[in-house]
Amino acid sequence: MNKEKTKSNKKPQFAFYWAASCGGCEIAVLDINEKILDVAAAVDIVFWPVAMDFKYKDVEAMDDKHIDVCFFNGGIRNSEQEHIAKLLRKKSKVLVSFGACACGGGIPALANLSNKKEIFDVVYGNNPSLDNPKKLVPKTSVKVKEGELTLPELYDTVKTLDQTVDVDYYLPGCPPTPDMILTAVTAILENKLPPKGSVIGPMKSVCDECRFEKSAKKIKEIKRVIDVIKIEEKCLLEQGIICMGPATRGGCDAQCLDANMPCTGCHGPTPNSLDQGAKMMSALASILGIEGEEKMSDEEVQKLIDQIVDPVGTFYKYGLANALINRKVM
Amino acid sequence: MKQILIDPITRLEGHGKIAIFLNDKGNVENAYMQIPELRGFEKFAQGRRAEDMPQITSRICGVCPVAHHFAATKALDDAFNVEPTLVAKKLRELMYCGYFIYDHILHFYYLGGPDFVVGPDAPAAKRNVLGVIEKAGVEIGKEVIKHRAYGQKITAILGGKATHPVCGLPGGVSKGLNNDEVKDIETMTKSCKDFAIFTLKLFDDIVLANKDYVDLILSDPYQLKILNMGLVDKNNKVNFYDGKIRVTDLDAKEHVKFDVKDYYNIIAEHVEEWSYIKFPYLKSIGWNGYKDGKGTGLYRVGPLGRLNASEGMATPLADKEFKRMYKTLGGRPVHSTLAFHWARLIELLYATERTLELIKEPDITSDDIRNPVGKPGEGFGVVEAARGTLIHHYKLDKDGLIDKANLIVATVNNAAAMNMSIRDAARGLIKDGKVNDGLLNMVEMAFRAYDPCFGCATHTLPGQMPMKVKIYNHNKELYKTLKQNL
Repeated sequence: MNKEKTKSNKKPQFAFYWAASCGGCEIAVLDINEKILDVAAAVDIVFWPVAMDFKYKDVEAMDDKHIDVCFFNGGIRNSEQEHIAKLLRKKSKVLVSFGACACGGGIPALANLSNKKEIFDVVYGNNPSLDNPKKLVPKTSVKVKEGELTLPELYDTVKTLDQTVDVDYYLPGCPPTPDMILTAVTAILENKLPPKGSVIGPMKSVCDECRFEKSAKKIKEIKRVIDVIKIEEKCLLEQGIICMGPATRGGCDAQCLDANMPCTGCHGPTPNSLDQGAKMMSALASILGIEGEEKMSDEEVQKLIDQIVDPVGTFYKYGLANALINRKVM
Repeated sequence: MKQILIDPITRLEGHGKIAIFLNDKGNVENAYMQIPELRGFEKFAQGRRAEDMPQITSRICGVCPVAHHFAATKALDDAFNVEPTLVAKKLRELMYCGYFIYDHILHFYYLGGPDFVVGPDAPAAKRNVLGVIEKAGVEIGKEVIKHRAYGQKITAILGGKATHPVCGLPGGVSKGLNNDEVKDIETMTKSCKDFAIFTLKLFDDIVLANKDYVDLILSDPYQLKILNMGLVDKNNKVNFYDGKIRVTDLDAKEHVKFDVKDYYNIIAEHVEEWSYIKFPYLKSIGWNGYKDGKGTGLYRVGPLGRLNASEGMATPLADKEFKRMYKTLGGRPVHSTLAFHWARLIELLYATERTLELIKEPDITSDDIRNPVGKPGEGFGVVEAARGTLIHHYKLDKDGLIDKANLIVATVNNAAAMNMSIRDAARGLIKDGKVNDGLLNMVEMAFRAYDPCFGCATHTLPGQMPMKVKIYNHNKELYKTLKQNL
């Protein structure tokens, strides 16, 4: 922690932080299981709120670039998270955007379909268990009888880490798999990192790792998972179930498919694809009932498309914050 | 008045800070535990496909994703008017026990335990799982890691993955078990059961055999006399997955027992301007501020809340430990906040025993795991998260999209209790302006015992909006009419 120790200590200094996230990324780090002992032996962890008692003041006291590698998970949705992101950027040589929320906003970025006021209206204004006759909402500064209490300001828009500070590497996944975390940590410790800006992950899609066979079959109907009681042993898309596999980067061994459920896209866009949702819509267009589409009326085409309920929640479940259109205009 | 800030509070899931006000004499006037974050799942659940809720709400918390996953799935059973198959119920509960195994091990060894194993006033850099391993030995450390991983693996076998499982669907689950998986689960769980027994022994040796720790557990700053809440089966035994919600009073007598459908007649949530978290209390008694003792309408949930609100455990070894705990600590209810740790280990043992019961069910490998859904409507789901009672409530529109939703999350149920616990600990421990890291950590121990999950607490979830919604401001004036799509 202190400067003398740093100079005499050759171990890399690691930090972990979470912003607008769920803690699943922290659990993913623990899921490297016994290898965490090797990592702990090879590095010094100087900040990790979920597991260790270092405080913000400890980070503030560090020299700039004191931390060799900071793994930062969670999106940026309030002033405290923005402040800590900037602080950790300043204190870190390498900053890794860790997990779906830091990389694309994650599921919490679906909040970009609304704003702070709408969220407050629902949370503190309108639900069946609420007791709030004075219509109070949390404030950034409140006078209590003993003094002043402050809270960070909630922003209207969830941002990714790289929309807030400069990021060196990306590790996708909700959460990233232990294998991918180990790949990243090993690359760091062996100084074999790819070029700055790289996504640390395989250059293939979830379909490439999926157990189900794909044919070139077209479909006439979109089905929801609740309506298919027993799936067949073949590509879910070809059974009419929207599966984000074709538009999603692999590295997960298609675990969700192993549980007979479709990919929902948590590993973000496939390599060299700008927008995950756009890619999926194009994949879907090429498979969806389109034999003879030139003969279909506009109504018939619309009917086909209307089968896709909640397109934003389906195609941008984890990546609305870094989609080409990243929020609702309000 | 001088203010001391502990920021961030550590070894918990999520974000929080503690503000302590000292008066002119350097004694604690008051203390506040503030939750600085909100993600607003409440709002953005609106318009989503209802069947996505088990996966969306699991992102409220990556430490207890299985709890949200199944609270949501059970709410969907109800909302789609479908009863899951018997096999599916068993598989869900089995997976649920796997989650309790890893979550309770996580808390005892990684989050809360370091305060006891390494010591409450050990150097900050040592108060963590690595410090525990250093003190207890690498061999024990490896056992800890192995058994937490077993819990995760049991969950992943059924859920697809442990952190953010995917198997829950209204009417059942998406995946069954084969014989090999049954054998794997049985072998792992037997080992976990031995490890649970070992951990209870460790708690005896390190905590109960140490007079200082026992005095600490029983000391005034860590007592909180409020009501207790938890799910119970028909015999009033603790159940994690299903049952009725029972509240017991300061004398351990039943105050109310209710079905989750009645939750909003029983529980109300108070709002403060200084925290994003809400503060539930019992409507029958009313909001009387942060006061414990007679007349309080506040309650606590989680391991100690559950045990206090029940009449025992449904498996033999855990029930024996239940009786031993109450005998040692002077009978039910126990108001010592630090007894949460002991209660948690008793539940760990129960989770392993219950898994071994379920895995031996003759139909556990049956493929009768799904029933077809009915028409969408309104649904309520309740489970015991590792941290306490968790309620999901949805209204679906005719297309099966989420129209409205409301959640009361485990840690939110404990919000008032934790606020009082850290205040009382600060008042009891900080005197004449003398403050140091060890004392402040002992203030943190008062919340840490609850194993709070502020990820959960600040990401609750109501909602309303299929294709169009009218938003009103606090004066009930129409603020905006919105359409769902971008």
